[in-house]
Amino acid sequence: MEPFVVLPFIVLEGVGAPLDRSKVDTDQILPARFLRRPRKEGYGSFLFRDWMDDPKFVLNQPPYRQARILVADRNFGGGSSREQAPWALSDYGIRCVIAVDFGDIFYLNSLKSGVLPVALGFDICTDLREQLHARPGATIKVDLPAQTVTAPDGATHRFEIDGFRKKCLLEGLDDVGVTLQHEAAIAAFETQYRKRFDWLFHGNV
Amino acid sequence: MGSTLYEKIWAAHRIVEGDDGQTLLHVARHLVHDGSVHAFEFLRDRGLKVRRPDQAFATPDHGVSTLVHKVDAIADPEQRRVVQLLDGNTRAFGIVHFSLDDPRQGIVHVVGPEQGITQPGVVLMCGDSHTSTHGALGALAFGAGASEITHVLATQASWQRRSKTMRIRVEGSLPPGVTAKDVILAIIAKVGANGANGHVIEYAGSTIRAMSIEQRLTVCNMSIEAGARAGMVAPDETTYAYLKGRPYAPKGAAWDRALAYWKTLPSDPDAVFDSEIELDATQLAPMVTWGNSPEDALPVTGRVPDPAGEKDPERKASMERALKYMGLTPGMALTDIAVDQVFIGSCTNARIEDLRAAAQVAKRGKAKVPAMVSPGSTTVKLAAEKEGLDRIFRDAGFEWRESGCSMCVAMNGDMVPAGKRCASTSNRNFVGRQGKGSRTHLVSPAMAAAAALTGRITDVRTL
Repeated sequence: MEPFVVLPFIVLEGVGAPLDRSKVDTDQILPARFLRRPRKEGYGSFLFRDWMDDPKFVLNQPPYRQARILVADRNFGGGSSREQAPWALSDYGIRCVIAVDFGDIFYLNSLKSGVLPVALGFDICTDLREQLHARPGATIKVDLPAQTVTAPDGATHRFEIDGFRKKCLLEGLDDVGVTLQHEAAIAAFETQYRKRFDWLFHGNV
Repeated sequence: MGSTLYEKIWAAHRIVEGDDGQTLLHVARHLVHDGSVHAFEFLRDRGLKVRRPDQAFATPDHGVSTLVHKVDAIADPEQRRVVQLLDGNTRAFGIVHFSLDDPRQGIVHVVGPEQGITQPGVVLMCGDSHTSTHGALGALAFGAGASEITHVLATQASWQRRSKTMRIRVEGSLPPGVTAKDVILAIIAKVGANGANGHVIEYAGSTIRAMSIEQRLTVCNMSIEAGARAGMVAPDETTYAYLKGRPYAPKGAAWDRALAYWKTLPSDPDAVFDSEIELDATQLAPMVTWGNSPEDALPVTGRVPDPAGEKDPERKASMERALKYMGLTPGMALTDIAVDQVFIGSCTNARIEDLRAAAQVAKRGKAKVPAMVSPGSTTVKLAAEKEGLDRIFRDAGFEWRESGCSMCVAMNGDMVPAGKRCASTSNRNFVGRQGKGSRTHLVSPAMAAAAALTGRITDVRTL
């Protein structure tokens, strides 16, 4: 089988959808009953599955259905470590989530799934959502090389990201490949580790 | 300046430094379960092998039936497929597998400590957010998603950025009826569901020191519900006594070498933490959650909060949503909440001490609502049966099931129907967590048993 390919992320300009909720946990993003599907069968139709029943949910409203960017509130993506949450976002077409802060595991899973998590201040997130409500279908531009978000009104906000994760996203790199370039260091480390902490190994029954 | 427990374990597992603050850490122990299926798929698609199969240990838990421990008894074909694939993948790569017919099977976070696989000073990873549990033994334990687990399988290592450190000191004796579950719910209510984001928590203080390992496992288990990267407790005599004689614990001269090392691990007296939080255990009461975040926890003597008193508009809206979903009225006494069913189980609260505590309460009456007990592992189940706990539960009208994640994550068919309310010893009260439309109140095992006997949220101290 060919590996599932994570799309590179460089500059994204697309419709932004405002999600006026804090504490959006990963059980909401992708409910547990869909977790076991093979990756290649896609998760896009299960994104926020139990919220999609509500016609008023933002992604059910015509201007926001084509959203490529989601703007949320505080604590987005806490809870379960399911990487299927960013897969559902990515497969739906949402490649960037802007929020005040993120669940740590969700943040890392997103970076590895081609979804860019952008942490911006509380006031900026609130302002972005207000602009998206005022002008449904307005676009936001996310520039990863420059590490900037450009709001519908043209204001630009800088965000932070680890250099290593940025490089992987920009180039669609698989970090296993990067790590295996350190094969000699890993092997040398393992030899001394297994000697120093021998009880972790020969205690095995 | 001295080092923290976290910093010492970090230093012992550092392979190389990246050029931007990322460190490649060796992973001493990797725990695998039926949900690891995607990581194996990615590994195979890339044509890679498991680098260190002798450092991985597997057992099925999320999707297994708690009625009969047979693969064929798993009704959902997707769950059955991944439990079968766990067997196939562990055979193909030579990983130890405690399969459904093995008495060592169980919830991965119960099995690791129980078998002595989890040891002080190791970096441990697993594709599950409740991996923080293992920190109770003085391990540095991270949960991760499928891609990171693929990386661990292929390289036995993980790129990590140094977290901030937070020390939570809990001091004083726990009042009667107050348990480790109540301590961690009180901590989460205090720091918030994202209050420990980016931090590794070290739990310290006289209350934690006085706790058994099983109680510490309950505390560390829910570190993730405060947003922490990991939670840990420094190893001490309680830890060593717990580990001695366990199947994978070191023996003979190796035990002495291990012990000498473990004793170097506790944080130095002059170690500095990025933040410090204190909690007075003597003031705690049994806790119960009312909303859809573990931070929505109150003493059982309390009342459902009123959103009218909340000034922050988003928090107010969030409370209103939670009360509507939970079907609760502001100001009502928590003990006036009637429950439809009770679940005693999960990696948080299904070890032998938890079952003993629940049985102590169960023996005092009969269940008024359906109540189910799913032991944390088959080993726990067998030990409980030897003590006669299964008889106590059955005589009180509780269902006695097989081991698995069961109704905590509701992937195996055990679930709470829409609109129904469950007092649960699990760890998450999220919308839909125990099944679409389910309403969850998180409590301790004794409180769950009390709710079963009365059919409502009950202060176990007044039962």
